[in-house]
Amino acid sequence: MSEQSEQPQTAGEDDRRGFFAKVSIILSAVIGAGITLPGLGFVLAPVFARPKQSWRRIGKVDDYEIGKTVTVEFRDDVSVKWAGVTAMTGAWLRRVSEKDFIAFSINCRHLGCPVNWVADAKLFMCPCHGGVYYEDGDVAAGPPPEPLARYEVRIKDGFVEIETSSVPLTTNDQV
Amino acid sequence: MIGKIWSWIDDRTGFSDVVMPIMKHVVPDDARWWYVFGSATLCAFIVQVLTGIALAMVYVPGGDAAYESLKYITEDATLGFIVRGMHYYGATAMVMMAVIHMTQVFLHASYKYPREMNWMSGVVLLFVVLGMAFTGQLLRWDANGVWSVMVAAEMAGRVPFIGEYIAHFILGGETVGGSTLSRFFAIHVFILPGLIFAGIGLHMWLILRHGISEMPKKNQPVEPETYKENYEKRLHKTGVPFWPDAMWRDVIFSTIVVGVILACSIFIGPPALGPSPDPANIHANPMPDWYFWWYFAVLSMLPPALETYIILGSPVLGFVILFVLPLLSNKGQRAPSQRPWAVGTVIFGATAFIVLTIYGYLKPWSPDFDVKPLPPEIVKSNDPKIQEGALLVHQKGCLYCHDIDGYGGHRGPVLSDIGSRLDRGELVIRISNGGYNMPSFAASLTAVEMDKMVDFLLTRTDHPQEEEKADN
Ligand code: FES
Repeated sequence: MSEQSEQPQTAGEDDRRGFFAKVSIILSAVIGAGITLPGLGFVLAPVFARPKQSWRRIGKVDDYEIGKTVTVEFRDDVSVKWAGVTAMTGAWLRRVSEKDFIAFSINCRHLGCPVNWVADAKLFMCPCHGGVYYEDGDVAAGPPPEPLARYEVRIKDGFVEIETSSVPLTTNDQV
Repeated sequence: MIGKIWSWIDDRTGFSDVVMPIMKHVVPDDARWWYVFGSATLCAFIVQVLTGIALAMVYVPGGDAAYESLKYITEDATLGFIVRGMHYYGATAMVMMAVIHMTQVFLHASYKYPREMNWMSGVVLLFVVLGMAFTGQLLRWDANGVWSVMVAAEMAGRVPFIGEYIAHFILGGETVGGSTLSRFFAIHVFILPGLIFAGIGLHMWLILRHGISEMPKKNQPVEPETYKENYEKRLHKTGVPFWPDAMWRDVIFSTIVVGVILACSIFIGPPALGPSPDPANIHANPMPDWYFWWYFAVLSMLPPALETYIILGSPVLGFVILFVLPLLSNKGQRAPSQRPWAVGTVIFGATAFIVLTIYGYLKPWSPDFDVKPLPPEIVKSNDPKIQEGALLVHQKGCLYCHDIDGYGGHRGPVLSDIGSRLDRGELVIRISNGGYNMPSFAASLTAVEMDKMVDFLLTRTDHPQEEEKADN
């Protein structure tokens, strides 16, 4: 074989080189995928996680005065064990009548800042860009595009309970 | 003996062969003080790396302990106060130096041929540095930092179609919590610094490859065909070795920068930690670090229809424009005197930055929750009805947004002389119906309250004496 000419030998050498180059590139890609994919999945997991929800006991029904809007705190269901104080979520809770309660998210629907309840004016006001909401959560003024988000509230065994749920982003159309 | 050891090290590492020629590479002799900002940015980065490592040895990036560990660093740890201060002022210095460095390069058009990529790598570095500043703010883990991230996630959430995914990726879940903090920590201490190291490496390599640009001269426009040759020739004639002929200025300036960082952290100290990030604590008043105030102001002034486009578009557009700048204009005049548009852009940009920063600090669009009731010397009336009206104006929140003789917020028009502009009927309509950006108060005011308030408002005129006489 080698006697025939010099060309085939170089060609064989080239083939060999080309083959090694291909193998190396393919294996490098495999190594790359093996190293990154598990980590990537791990990091991206929260994006696709379905939000957990459960009912949280807030306080005795009789602790709340009819017509008053107060802040309440409860443990958020999505939080990790080491979340510390950020495991808690706040809400504005109002007793409307003997049996009815409404709970508003404290997150402004503009960009998420915490809204304040101004009792005398019966308005929620946002410190960030001047968003204002009426007592039913509807937008009264300023930039918020949507009414305040609400939580489900129910009364069970004489206690007020709120269903934990993540506060929707302003643009979240699943609301 | 020492000489022997040194020559062994020198031989094996190649310090004299490789590093010294780099140190001594020839630079134009007219570089002088204009050119010290780049090295100062690098110096500030070194401050950040060293203090950052020190902080990371004590800081706990967990939602339950971060705040406490920062408190420990600030209040108890030996020199912790100073280290945290240095990290904070170092960040400020780095952002400032990077922006000044960039402005200087832009003004002198040093980004033109063959240094386009120097500029482009610099633009990427700038945005990474801003990312560092932003992620660092969350690591403080006080109410302010946490709410700022909430705001950022909401902004990201506005990206069409995938916004929600991006937001949840940033937050590491549905809300700001423990997972958000560890995410930001990893980004702040591994990912972004890695990018910065790589970016600085490239940036410096490009400086060596293309040489430091000369001071622009009017009769010396950049011609890509002949530039390199002429540059080499001039450098050969007038250039000086970087070390030590040019470097001493950089060293002096960097000494000043580090001195200022140290002095600020010793005498002013790190920024006070806000209240802990209890999401139920709604009395937070989120505000970013000062170099983002201008953006904060922009966000507040946008008409809602444009908002989403500007929130999302302006950073991207800003990046793209800066990034491609050297590709759009890479030859011709460099002297600022020949480039009025460049000078104009810098002046306009700087003015806009200063004005918006001040505006962002004052926050005139924000209701003033701390406003005090009007004192009697402003109410100026013995009529109990009017006095009650004045009290109602405070209680019902009017003063949060309206100013009366220096009391109140600035969101709405000043009411100091509203009595001369509107009559009773108009006032009642305005208050009950609300209007552009004003809530309607029809549901939250009784007829009697409305009456008292309007009575009071009618006394707010620009000629109070006459009004009083007319009343009598
Ligand atoms: S976040 Fe409430 S008005 Fe912008």
